[in-house]
Amino acid sequence: MIPSLPDSKLLTRGRALYVSLFFLFLLMPLSVVAVFAFNNSLFPTPPWKGFTLDWFIANTGDRTGLFFDSALLTSIWVSCKVAFWVTVLSVSLGIGNAFLLERAQFRGKGLLTTLMLVPLVIPGVILGISILAFASQIANYAYDAWGLELEWLRPGLPLVVAGQFSYIVTIATLTIAARLKRFDESLEEAALNLGATRFAILRTITLPYLKPSIIGSAAVAFLLSFENFNTTLMLVGSDNPLTVLMYGRMREGASPVLNAVSLLLMAVSSIAVGMMYLRKPKQA
Amino acid sequence: MNTLTPKRLTLYLLLAPAILWLLLLIILPHVGMGMISFRERIGPGEFAGSLKQYRTFFEEPLYWNTFVRTAVMSLIATIMALVMAFPVAWTIAKVAKGRLKALMLAATLLPFWASELVRTLGWLILLRGSGVIPQFLAFIGVTDQPVELLYHDATILVGLIYSSLLFMLVPLINALETLDDSLIEAAYDLGGNRLNILRKIIIPHAAPGIAAGSIMVFMLTLGNYLTPVVLGGKSSMWFTEQIYTQFITRFNWEQGAAFAFLLLGLSSVLVWLGLKITGQRFADAMRRT
Repeated sequence: MIPSLPDSKLLTRGRALYVSLFFLFLLMPLSVVAVFAFNNSLFPTPPWKGFTLDWFIANTGDRTGLFFDSALLTSIWVSCKVAFWVTVLSVSLGIGNAFLLERAQFRGKGLLTTLMLVPLVIPGVILGISILAFASQIANYAYDAWGLELEWLRPGLPLVVAGQFSYIVTIATLTIAARLKRFDESLEEAALNLGATRFAILRTITLPYLKPSIIGSAAVAFLLSFENFNTTLMLVGSDNPLTVLMYGRMREGASPVLNAVSLLLMAVSSIAVGMMYLRKPKQA
Repeated sequence: MNTLTPKRLTLYLLLAPAILWLLLLIILPHVGMGMISFRERIGPGEFAGSLKQYRTFFEEPLYWNTFVRTAVMSLIATIMALVMAFPVAWTIAKVAKGRLKALMLAATLLPFWASELVRTLGWLILLRGSGVIPQFLAFIGVTDQPVELLYHDATILVGLIYSSLLFMLVPLINALETLDDSLIEAAYDLGGNRLNILRKIIIPHAAPGIAAGSIMVFMLTLGNYLTPVVLGGKSSMWFTEQIYTQFITRFNWEQGAAFAFLLLGLSSVLVWLGLKITGQRFADAMRRT
């Protein structure tokens, strides 16, 4: 069981075998996605027909590589824009919420704390649907009552941002609040004694202390937004973010260009995650 | 009476955006959806309060079956994810050391950071009739012809378990790492066998992690849309698909809202039950994951 207890050979080997199979299971789907991005065939299926970079750089009749596929590139740009706004909004509100949870005392704090966790337990589809229905009702009302056409309340990118923000902000809040909890408040008191203003303390002591959690939650928010599908699908208008576009293409029958863009996604997120983990030892 | 001191002003400035977020994006949309679900369209732009949508749900076997099926399959996926993940979590938390441990942790995180779309695409390439596994099976002679492995219930389960393993592994590893090895050694010295140790020491200690992981996995599976639809095809019969169809395809908001509420209700009840059985608080369980 644990290394200090005697285990029979059979048990040790059995466990090693099981764990290896488990990781094979875990990594197999990602590996085939990566491998078939380089297969010289029109379909991402075996047999292997030789190595090619066509699915990245070709621009011929039947093959359009990732870097020439304007619909794909546009959708990546759309996803970036959405993720940018979701990140900025979630992290800003997350910082405020962290102070609210860790520093402030007010009536109804317990209720507010619980409410802030609720978005995590609502299925993404329902989160999206409810926001869609609510926004449409307001837009319809504004149109009927005052003849106003509120375009941003119709399915489209502003609603996608709102839908993703509605739960990603909870994750940002929890991350930043966890770090603020460990902050030694005597540092602020010392600064206050030495005549610093509240604002100067926030700017020169508290926020720099929170910086790793702010950067970390920004990276997580960006990735979560970029990869979100459930909520996005419900709120999307005519501009497709990458995940929605990929879904549409997958239903039509996959082409290896999807493998190419997937590989790109995996590379970007492993770099981002790798950087987050590499940062950690330095802080400690 | 209440003078606005700078401290109070700060409090209000922090409270206002938080309340706006919860009110405009969470509470009001759900209240609005609840109201939509309790009405019936009686003419163009005319509605009346009614329970028709919920009645339809109970009277139409298709909807009811899809609902039960989604719940049962999610439950199976949760249990299987727990059983599959436990030995691995144990190995990572207790057996592996140093670089191997870091590598294993990274390998568990990797599929999670790849988008759900990428993971599903991977399974599509592996399992479809012309895909890797059917061709391999035909090649080594297990089957005469490559067989279609997509569009089965088992396929949906594989995809669901795959997507949820991380959410099971992380809380399990966290819970097992806090278990003191000397407790196991002591039990062993006192003559406990493996099964006893597992049942009386390890599982009780890991219970909060097991509960947190299972709740998270169950919720995510229940609310999953992409995996059942893509891997299950037309036969997937997943409840979120019904919600999508009613809302987006048929534009029947009343029915869709009722379905959404039923799913939300099911999810909440089972989460609540899970917490109740293991005696945990919601906030603690959420922070664990």
